[in-house]
Amino acid sequence: MSSEWPLWEVFIRGQHGLNHRHVGSLHAPDAEMAINNARDVYTRRNEGVSIWVVKSAEITASAPSEKGPLFDPSNSKVYRHPTFFDIPDEVGHM
Amino acid sequence: MYAQMVKTDAARVRSLEEMEPHERAFQERIDAGQKIEPKEWMPEGYRKTLVRQISQHAHSEIVGQLPEGNWITRAPTLERKAILLAKVQDEAGHGLYLYCAAETLGISRDQMYEQLHSGKAKYSSIFNYPTLTWADIGAIGWLVDGAAIMNQVPLQRCSYGPYARAMVRICKEESFHQRQGYDALMRMVKGTPAQKAMVQDALNRWWWPSLMMFGPSDDASVHSAQSMAWKIKQNSNDELRQKFVDQTVPQAKYLGLTIPDPDLKWNEEKGGHDFGEPDWEEFFNVIAGNGPCNAERLDARKKAWSDGAWFRDGLTAHAEKVADRRAAAKIAAE
Ligand SMILES: [Fe+2]
Ligand SMILES: [Fe+2]
Ligand SMILES: [Fe+2]
Repeated sequence: MSSEWPLWEVFIRGQHGLNHRHVGSLHAPDAEMAINNARDVYTRRNEGVSIWVVKSAEITASAPSEKGPLFDPSNSKVYRHPTFFDIPDEVGHM
Repeated sequence: MYAQMVKTDAARVRSLEEMEPHERAFQERIDAGQKIEPKEWMPEGYRKTLVRQISQHAHSEIVGQLPEGNWITRAPTLERKAILLAKVQDEAGHGLYLYCAAETLGISRDQMYEQLHSGKAKYSSIFNYPTLTWADIGAIGWLVDGAAIMNQVPLQRCSYGPYARAMVRICKEESFHQRQGYDALMRMVKGTPAQKAMVQDALNRWWWPSLMMFGPSDDASVHSAQSMAWKIKQNSNDELRQKFVDQTVPQAKYLGLTIPDPDLKWNEEKGGHDFGEPDWEEFFNVIAGNGPCNAERLDARKKAWSDGAWFRDGLTAHAEKVADRRAAAKIAAE
């Protein structure tokens, strides 16, 4: 043998109430070991209360070249922001 | 530095007008301070330079554990031992953050190890010096981690996203490294005359190799100019060395130590210290593999890799067995 251990992406919830956030990756033979290694590599100073790991090979990502078609359409929809609408002062807080 | 004399494959830095449209758009993004992320288009030279630099940096963190590891079992107190253990464990973590950043550029972990073990990839010259006394451990934290911080702080602004983010994590942890070293020395210089002499001796041996960490002057180097244009590098070697000297002189004074450089003196006009030239012949010798500990360090890494093979394979076999069992149970249940 001598095949490389698979690569895992590591996500950590820093505090209660926050989302898990991607912090990096590591190699491990299985998910359990990936969690153990993630504990040692990414939370040596209390940086987390929860860890997710997922095999890098199983992540589907949008292609950088699709950036325009995917995200440009929302640029023109300024009315999605509340500041698009002028509400008179007399109406009070809205 | 941790990455010394990284080559770029560039014969000269080309202007925007000379570039193909793809490359020009790329350079304009860098000039505008945007980060480059994995899988985005990048010039092959940019990718290769980053792989060289990041892997060299990672190897330095990993090999850098060896001189300090030498003293874990011999630390003077249990507290110092726990601190040193935590520091060395951090360095392992730094190596791992960096390997993972390099892997986003399309090189595998095993390829990087292979390059280290075969001597194709370098690591910082500083880790090829021996740690002879406990004072050396203090001196490494103070000077070697101190010099590393000088270099790593600007790297947090590097144009390649994964490298910059790894540097942010690393910089957060480095300041503990430098302080624990200085703290150990503060204690020793207040001890017996023999202890104080031991600290002076450590400074005498580590001063020049620490200055060499920044590499020879690169003001005339094409590679440096190209790295700077790509924002992989932000400051010249001489600039960082000057900052390091100016920062360290008062720290040595506080400890009551003498920096082993007869040419060291304050230059009012430039607002910094003048200092002597490191022995660059020694530096090139160490880089070429002929330093006092090169062979020992490389052998230790190769031995760790081959001694660990049965363990890596065992865990892989176990993972496969468990996965097969789970699949079989699933079929049986259906
Ligand atoms: Fe370091
Ligand atoms: Fe480090
Ligand atoms: Fe360090």
